[in-house]
Amino acid sequence: MRIGVVTFPGSLDDSSALRAIRLAGGDPVSLFHASDDLKEVQAVVLPGGFSYGDYLRCGAISRFAPIMESIIVAAEHGFPVLGICNGFQILTESHLLPGALIRNQDLHFVCTDQPLTVENTSTPWTNGYTQGQRIVVPIKNGEGSFQASAETLQQLEDEGRVVLRYADKNPNGSQNNIAGISNARGNVVGVMPHPEQAIEDLTGPSEDGLTFFTSILHSLVGR
Amino acid sequence: MATIIVEVMLKPEILDPQGQAVASALPRLGFNFAKSVRQGKRFEIEVDGEPTHAQLAEVEQAAEKLLSNPVIETYVVKVQA
Repeated sequence: MRIGVVTFPGSLDDSSALRAIRLAGGDPVSLFHASDDLKEVQAVVLPGGFSYGDYLRCGAISRFAPIMESIIVAAEHGFPVLGICNGFQILTESHLLPGALIRNQDLHFVCTDQPLTVENTSTPWTNGYTQGQRIVVPIKNGEGSFQASAETLQQLEDEGRVVLRYADKNPNGSQNNIAGISNARGNVVGVMPHPEQAIEDLTGPSEDGLTFFTSILHSLVGR
Repeated sequence: MATIIVEVMLKPEILDPQGQAVASALPRLGFNFAKSVRQGKRFEIEVDGEPTHAQLAEVEQAAEKLLSNPVIETYVVKVQA
């Protein structure tokens, strides 16, 4: 199962995402922002970091990278895409996901092990979790506050498209404690927490994040 | 040569924590005039000659597509005299 990870100028967590795919049992493939070649991968991860220095707005310039043109077309046809942190920001800037991520409410860069609840287990990225499962995954961002219009929020809630919600405490002022959402079809998922940083006890607070990567492999096998 | 200005502001209903931080810093310096502060971005775009209607229409497109995010921001395009 070939899963791609895109490296943009300023990506930080691309190697961690590649490693998570490998530990989950997949075949990780490096993709480069300046090429539109998806190298026959069956799903793609947009990793965390500060692509283009977060200039203009987080994700705003990456959204126009050649690789994104290929990913946007594929995603509209059901190709699975996971955006993590900066990847989530790129997905909202691409309009593959609704809403926007703005500066954290208290202006702090928040770096902590965050309790979350998994709210939607029907996406290809979350099918290995149980509904309402509590997980602990790191967050590390300065612009993670999810904002959307009242109508969009209502639609996300009504359609069950909130994938992850902050538990215990809202770290950044995100509306409805939203930490992750999906598109209507469910193939595109964006999350602010970093599942690729919670894949083994040695390097993370838990192994809870690994299920994102085993989930996608499971869903690709089932196709 | 002329300069086209694009000003981008967060929509009024979107929380602006940076503006709030500036608003709370002002009184600490003895400036008590501000009821509230909103922070935005300003782009100064130089073009050759007087801007044409076609050019301004293109700048509008760029403002919509790249310089602002219409989900959270509004923009205004002006020509600097």
